[in-house]
Amino acid sequence: MKGSQILIESLIRENVEYIFGYPGGSVLPAFDALYEAPLKFILTRHEQAAAHAADGYARSTGKVGVCIATSGPGATNLITGIATAYMDSVPIVAITGQVKTSLIGNDAFQEADVTGITRPITKYNYLVKDIEDLARTIKEAFYLASTGRPGPVVVDLPVDVQIQDTDFVYPEEVNIRSYRPTYYGHPGQIKKAAKFISKAKRPVIIAGGGVIISGAEHKLKEFAERINTPVTTTFLGLGSFPADNPLFLGMPGMHGTVYANTAITESDLLISVGCRFDDRVTGKLEAFAPSAKIIHIDIDPTSISKNIKVDIPIVGDAKNILAQLIETVKTFPDTKAWLKEIGRRKEKYPLGYSRSARAKIKPQYVIEQIYELTKGEAVISTEVGQNQMWAAQFYKFNYPRRFISSGGLGTMGYGFPAAIGAAVGNPDKIVFDIAGDGSIQMNIQELATVLTYNIPVKVAILNNGYLGMVRQWQELFYKRRYSGTPLNNPDFVKVARGFGVKGIRVEKEKDVRPALKTAIKYKGPVVLDFLIEEEENVFPMVPAGEAINHMIGGMA
Amino acid sequence: MKHTIQALVENKFGVLARISSLFSARGYNIDSLAVGETYDPTVSCMTIVVNAGDEKILEQIKKQLNKLIDVITVIDLTKREYIGRELMLVKINLAKESNHLWASVKPKIRGNILIEDKNKIVIELVGDTHFLKEQIVLLKPLGIVELVRTGKIAIAV
Repeated sequence: MKGSQILIESLIRENVEYIFGYPGGSVLPAFDALYEAPLKFILTRHEQAAAHAADGYARSTGKVGVCIATSGPGATNLITGIATAYMDSVPIVAITGQVKTSLIGNDAFQEADVTGITRPITKYNYLVKDIEDLARTIKEAFYLASTGRPGPVVVDLPVDVQIQDTDFVYPEEVNIRSYRPTYYGHPGQIKKAAKFISKAKRPVIIAGGGVIISGAEHKLKEFAERINTPVTTTFLGLGSFPADNPLFLGMPGMHGTVYANTAITESDLLISVGCRFDDRVTGKLEAFAPSAKIIHIDIDPTSISKNIKVDIPIVGDAKNILAQLIETVKTFPDTKAWLKEIGRRKEKYPLGYSRSARAKIKPQYVIEQIYELTKGEAVISTEVGQNQMWAAQFYKFNYPRRFISSGGLGTMGYGFPAAIGAAVGNPDKIVFDIAGDGSIQMNIQELATVLTYNIPVKVAILNNGYLGMVRQWQELFYKRRYSGTPLNNPDFVKVARGFGVKGIRVEKEKDVRPALKTAIKYKGPVVLDFLIEEEENVFPMVPAGEAINHMIGGMA
Repeated sequence: MKHTIQALVENKFGVLARISSLFSARGYNIDSLAVGETYDPTVSCMTIVVNAGDEKILEQIKKQLNKLIDVITVIDLTKREYIGRELMLVKINLAKESNHLWASVKPKIRGNILIEDKNKIVIELVGDTHFLKEQIVLLKPLGIVELVRTGKIAIAV
């Protein structure tokens, strides 16, 4: 069997359904093998979009996303997508063509050192120089991408290896002696944690993306309800705990809720599950949960005590460890007074925004209407900036894998292609990309992709004529000197129509719901251009480097 | 503080690059790094001397090394008893007037004199960091023109 066929056959063995990508000289044999394969290929209009689509597919389905690109510029265009997936622990396998082995290192046409370039942004990468290694490499790539702390894996495949011949034997299992993730918590640590939990008076659970990756949402709910402890979920953890549960505190950190941030600050026990204490969550480290003992559950030992000092580290898989804790904690803490105090703050400092009939459309209002009209069942991707934070604050995520957004890397241009991946992976769900007028222009060419395959992504552009989040920082910290942030935008409705995609402009609040209803009902992609209040800000806000209970807005 | 860390790694293409890029990406300082095949030819041993600012950074270095797929085990030798050795080659261009100085230094040199002629001396020295430092002090007045060392290798006892 030819190398290219071995590649495709291996992907089939890994139950790959979709491949996102873009052809080129060094992947011609692979594309030839793809021509008749029982795999669905989605041609994006830029390789970056292929990587993001694979990522969106992976986040929304829990399966490994696959993208393919040619050597040199094709591969380098994947980089932002791979780095995005790496930061947020998303399992993708990226296949890149490479110049033929005899030319590697000779500065050949469309040559780039892809394994070199991707080394710091992949969980692992391979350069397959020998056809005999190909099947095993693909097997390992999927295994590494999806186990332990997931992440992207790159397989760089020279064009001559794609046309060599060998017998196809797909390995039954993977054996990498140096890779043995820990899945169960150390019993001694579990016992210690249980003791702390029983004695706590003001406990808080902080749940991160690890809960979703592990599929631990049910265990988290059971655990939190059993020990009657409030839960805050990080940005990537949104959906790991039902937003409509009375124990839910919303998001912590820079744009978190007042009650989440003050609860953390006053807590005497912080139970972190699958969260890596990003600086956007912690703010000023010395003032983060100053009186709390910290239990840190994470599958990646390097996450523990990296940013904050931890009292009880537990390395392992969130679902298993929560089950172990449920089993072990026999005395439950008395949290009645604590919950009452938090309840009082929830009433006093809810997330909000001001509305008036004469004002322009408020972005928060748009998101609330999307939530209501989709009954909270939609998959929501976002771009990066204000649109992203408003989506995180005002869409209530009751289920995991419904919020698809670049948290760690903060990649503008992510949302639209990620929504494409989410939509093909979830044909039964409505998929919205909540976009800004800046971000959407970073991958707007993908309108051609959604049209070609009739992928029914609804793009809701919150159009304020600015790079809004940067403008907000300039307003607050740079004396309103709007350097580089005003945008001279195209007519998005005309742009959409130019691609053959339905476009709707919405200028008044009363038209928001009807437009959304039309978009949802329409069986195809739609671009909604919401002209929103230009200088609306995301509040509350913790200025970078401040303590998280020092918030601007939200406590007025 | 200096720490000697030993990593057993898969003996294959690209592993050294992974280790060194980990150190540079995270801003850790490597003092020396020595790599070689072990008794098991599929395994290489890397002995890394790092200058870790504090315990927290050292912990991170060890964990990050362990996280690399190709790293089999990581041992912090600093906390154990171990023997550390380094090979050093020193070249001296001997000026005429230094001949009698060399005669007095020579008996104190605990190494192999590989070349010794009228105007050139090459010495091979093996020892721990402290020993090599002392030998350098002895040789310095003669005029060292070249000095190369392998970086420390070590073995736990």
